[in-house]
Amino acid sequence: MSENNCCPPPGNETACCAPPAPAEACCSPWNDSGNCCPTAASDLPGYKLWPFVCGWLDSSAGKIPQIATRLTAADIIGRWQMRWGLGRARYSIAPGLYAIGTPSDDSPVLVTANYKMTFDIVRRDMHDHDAWLLVLNTKGVNVWCAAGKGTFGTDEILRQLQRSKLPQVINHRTLILPQLGAPGVAAHKVSKASGFKVIYGPVRSNDLHEFLKNGQKVTPEMRRVTFSFIERLVLTPVELVSMWQHVLWSILALFILGGIGPQIFSFSTAWTRGGAAVAAGLAGLFTGAVIAPLLLPWLPGRAFAIKGASAGLAVGLLGVLLFNESLNWLNSLALITTVSAVSSWCAMNFTGSSTFTSPSGVEKEMRQTIPAQVAAMLVGGLCWLVSAF
Amino acid sequence: MPSLRYLENVVTLRLNAEKCIGCGMCAEVCPHGVFAIEGKKALLVDRDACIECGACAGNCPVEALTVKAGVGCASAIISGWLTGKEPSCDCGGSC
Ligand code: SF4
Ligand code: SF4
Repeated sequence: MSENNCCPPPGNETACCAPPAPAEACCSPWNDSGNCCPTAASDLPGYKLWPFVCGWLDSSAGKIPQIATRLTAADIIGRWQMRWGLGRARYSIAPGLYAIGTPSDDSPVLVTANYKMTFDIVRRDMHDHDAWLLVLNTKGVNVWCAAGKGTFGTDEILRQLQRSKLPQVINHRTLILPQLGAPGVAAHKVSKASGFKVIYGPVRSNDLHEFLKNGQKVTPEMRRVTFSFIERLVLTPVELVSMWQHVLWSILALFILGGIGPQIFSFSTAWTRGGAAVAAGLAGLFTGAVIAPLLLPWLPGRAFAIKGASAGLAVGLLGVLLFNESLNWLNSLALITTVSAVSSWCAMNFTGSSTFTSPSGVEKEMRQTIPAQVAAMLVGGLCWLVSAF
Repeated sequence: MPSLRYLENVVTLRLNAEKCIGCGMCAEVCPHGVFAIEGKKALLVDRDACIECGACAGNCPVEALTVKAGVGCASAIISGWLTGKEPSCDCGGSC
């Protein structure tokens, strides 16, 4: 038994990490019946075991993997890769039934998505608990987004209930779902079709411990979605990374346009004027995609586009003050309008990551502000091009 | 810290109080405290906080609630405008 990535606490390994069945019953080398439990990666040719599997539980529904509740360095590195948009598409685990600790037939059943990061957070927050974890196939998408698409939904719950043979393993008929899965699920339909009662648990998995301790009662705070500074901060890298392709093309275009001048085209002005325009564009991008989201509650207006524009205006004015020696009035105007417009646009895109915007509202603000953003870009671009002559 | 409020009077959420049986499911699933249950009826106490996620309507056993649920990401809305389809979001983890 490896103790490094296994469930805590050390010294209490028998509770959870010991091989679940006596050796002769299951894994002895002379048992070649073919349905022996693989306790190590090498036991099944062609299979590689996820490092979070720390044992196997015998049940009437077959072998159920026990999962570790302590995250390893690899889990944490994987999470950072995800945050920065590296290889996030393949970050999923196999759907089905898992065991946390050593659950019995009356242990609670939690339902979650097969997005590895969600799975990791749930098992981490469930240390000290014995529970079943039913993982739905949401195609590696988190609970909230999958619920919006309907992949975290009534049908998938019914499918996994059947596939996992969970009803044979437990003697109660209650499923605990994350509250944020509710948009995809109709609790009364699940119960009608399967006899399972759905309880919506807390929004955040770090409230699971309180929730289970208090007899599965959810407090109003556990029901509320928040959007704190930290929550906004962790979303900004994704926002930036998602734009990189547009950014590269824009940079190229700006260098080419920057070379246009009285002498038709000049590489040295392409470098200086293009470079200045790229700097202005990146300033707008950073203001709209990072600064505006962070300062969200303090920026004026309700619409994100207005918040982004005001942050951009402030940064543009600051730029004019800092560089007023090298900027004529055309350049200054170009700087202010383009930084505001780019920032407004990027901040508007952040509505997709925010937790308190309604689609109807986003559509309304887009209808109202995109014309102004385009106009500001045109004015800015024109001023900049004209200033070369 | 000033609380985060979005645009007013835009959401499509509607409650049919006649159908409502006061089961409280909507109040349970709503992530933004839009509902309160008073005297066996649901009340919209903070309609502007609704983000149109659709959780309440989907979990109401008597279909007393309607809302045009959808995704709120700008790029999805733009492609919706261009293609004439309902906006759909495939931008992964953060939606
Ligand atoms: S879920 Fe429907 S029936 Fe139940 S309280 Fe809400 S509106 Fe009324
Ligand atoms: S749609 Fe979502 S946010 Fe709006 S009231 Fe219903 S549950 Fe609350």
